[in-house]
Amino acid sequence: MAEIALKSLAHSYLANPGSPEDYAIREMTHVWQQGGAYALLGPSGCGKSTLLNIISGLLEPSSGEVLFDGQVVNALPPEERNIAQVFQFPVIYDTMTVYDNLAFPLRNVGTPADKVHERVLEVADVLDLTPQLKRKAKNLSADEKQKVSMGRGLVRDDVSAILFDEPLTVIDPQLKWKLRRKLKEIHQRFNITMVYVTHDQLEASTFADKIAVMYEGQVVQFGTPRELFERPAHTFVGYFIGSPGMNLFDVRVRDGEVIADDTVIPVGRGIHDAVARARSNNVRLGIRPEFVEVHGTPVEAGIEAVVEDVQDLGTYSILSLRLGDIALKARIDEDSPVPSKSAYIRFPDEWVGLYVDEFRVEIDHE
Amino acid sequence: MNNKVRNNKAWWLILPMLLLVAFSAIIPLMTVVNYSVQDVFDAQTRYFTGTEWFVQMLNDPTLQSALGRQFAFSLTILAIEVPLGIGIALLMPKKGWQASAILILVTLPLLIPWNVVGSIWQIFTRGDIGLMGWSLRELGYSYNITRSPLDAWITIVIMDVWHWTPLIALLCYSGLRAIPEAYYQAARIDRASRWAIFRYIQLPKLTNVLVIGILLRFMHSFMIYAEPFVLTGGGPGSSTTFLSQALAIMATAQFDVGPSAAFSLIYFLIILLVSWVFYTAIMNMQKDKKDGGA
Repeated sequence: MAEIALKSLAHSYLANPGSPEDYAIREMTHVWQQGGAYALLGPSGCGKSTLLNIISGLLEPSSGEVLFDGQVVNALPPEERNIAQVFQFPVIYDTMTVYDNLAFPLRNVGTPADKVHERVLEVADVLDLTPQLKRKAKNLSADEKQKVSMGRGLVRDDVSAILFDEPLTVIDPQLKWKLRRKLKEIHQRFNITMVYVTHDQLEASTFADKIAVMYEGQVVQFGTPRELFERPAHTFVGYFIGSPGMNLFDVRVRDGEVIADDTVIPVGRGIHDAVARARSNNVRLGIRPEFVEVHGTPVEAGIEAVVEDVQDLGTYSILSLRLGDIALKARIDEDSPVPSKSAYIRFPDEWVGLYVDEFRVEIDHE
Repeated sequence: MNNKVRNNKAWWLILPMLLLVAFSAIIPLMTVVNYSVQDVFDAQTRYFTGTEWFVQMLNDPTLQSALGRQFAFSLTILAIEVPLGIGIALLMPKKGWQASAILILVTLPLLIPWNVVGSIWQIFTRGDIGLMGWSLRELGYSYNITRSPLDAWITIVIMDVWHWTPLIALLCYSGLRAIPEAYYQAARIDRASRWAIFRYIQLPKLTNVLVIGILLRFMHSFMIYAEPFVLTGGGPGSSTTFLSQALAIMATAQFDVGPSAAFSLIYFLIILLVSWVFYTAIMNMQKDKKDGGA
């Protein structure tokens, strides 16, 4: 068990990387605390798996250090890092039985047979594999095979951490939920650091206490699911988390007012001043559809928007609104009245985020 | 279940295949069966002999010893070619121009026709001008494949290994390339030794190509004819007269069509039986044991 730290870590698959785009992992410093359940969330190709392979030692980083409990492990191969990793597609040893598969990592380091037996039975019990123990692993179904793969990681009680690389890709939806619960249970029971790579926000937020969102080789935000939702630190987090994603629109200051495409946006002094201070062409306000206030009749400081479409999703509706050239989404509960032609919307100051060059700028509300 | 509409017209679809197989295999085979149960004197005179030829052939000491030699030969070359082929495949580079270059070099012997292989080795082993024969003599070993049965035997085995190990190597190479990288990564994570990786990942993944390779090599070597015929002519004495050569002498030189037909059938059945037993045994290894699991 260990704390895993990444210090000024960067990786490129090219021999002579030049621009930042050449890097699969851009320089980062990050700490995974001992015993935490973490998710690494991001779209395909953002560097999640690369990062995971660097932690496990399958890849050597171009620069920077990987530390386990303060010890630099860069030079250690995966065999010596004492780490477990579960891959996207189940890897099982075809000719062995399920029992032998689970025993394999222990036998490789010469663990006494009675200890092996005890651990295998315990792990098989946790994963509901006991009835399958005598079967050949080759003849199992895909989800049973993946459980065997996970079991090989769990069977070692001395591992520093278990890394999961989208382990539920091949699993049916109902079983996915079950296995995720199982993982959570295992985490609580064994108190092992777990890092779970996924591109599914639901999977990440049900499994992890803290989520690292990756985008173009960088960790753009590291926080609890709630923080990611309420205060996205990067426009990508706003867009990637939540369904639909955050509303973002360009703003500027004119005559002491915040303007978005010729429409005056009534916001507090703090936001106005922050927008005025921003030295960039890329200044945007962001607000989640859940936090947009929608009224059917004119209200004070309400902006009139055209209702273009209403999508009824059962317990709530998603409104597609238009404000000049700006398209907005708003979410309203099923019992609230749905405005038909025009809606009057307000943006509560505390839910409005300011993004300069894609990163959030904290606002001092007086 | 019984209220299904039954329509057996689809059986007609196998008719073309049936005709093809009839002309390519069944009819020629039946003519052999026909000869094997008759004694043919000339076009008009023939007698039905029943199982007489079969009994006679099975008791023929010449054929018995040829059969023994044949088994010894096939087992010897399999015991050498299979491990050697796997070893070569494991050593072959995985990518780059080296991979292509090695691939071509390894494949070359496979492209040479059988009797040409025999001729090449015949010259190669000559004591006066052959590189191998001359070198061995210069080194003080009185190498002579026309006199020493042991020399002849070893030379034929080496020749076959040289000619056919590439087939096993190529099959294994393709099998190894098909193993996903994740298996090797998982093995490293599981702290598996090099031997364990070979034993539990590579060898199991090679099972299917090896079954094909071993069956092909068994059938091929069991029917070997042209190479020893050109190299040693079956000698010295009859020490390298293998089964198909013994059969050819009987059928064409002595024109004993009845006995040779009977023996051809026995020959065919032996190959079929060995192949079937081998294949079934390997496939059974992959099944769950009866008492275990669901």
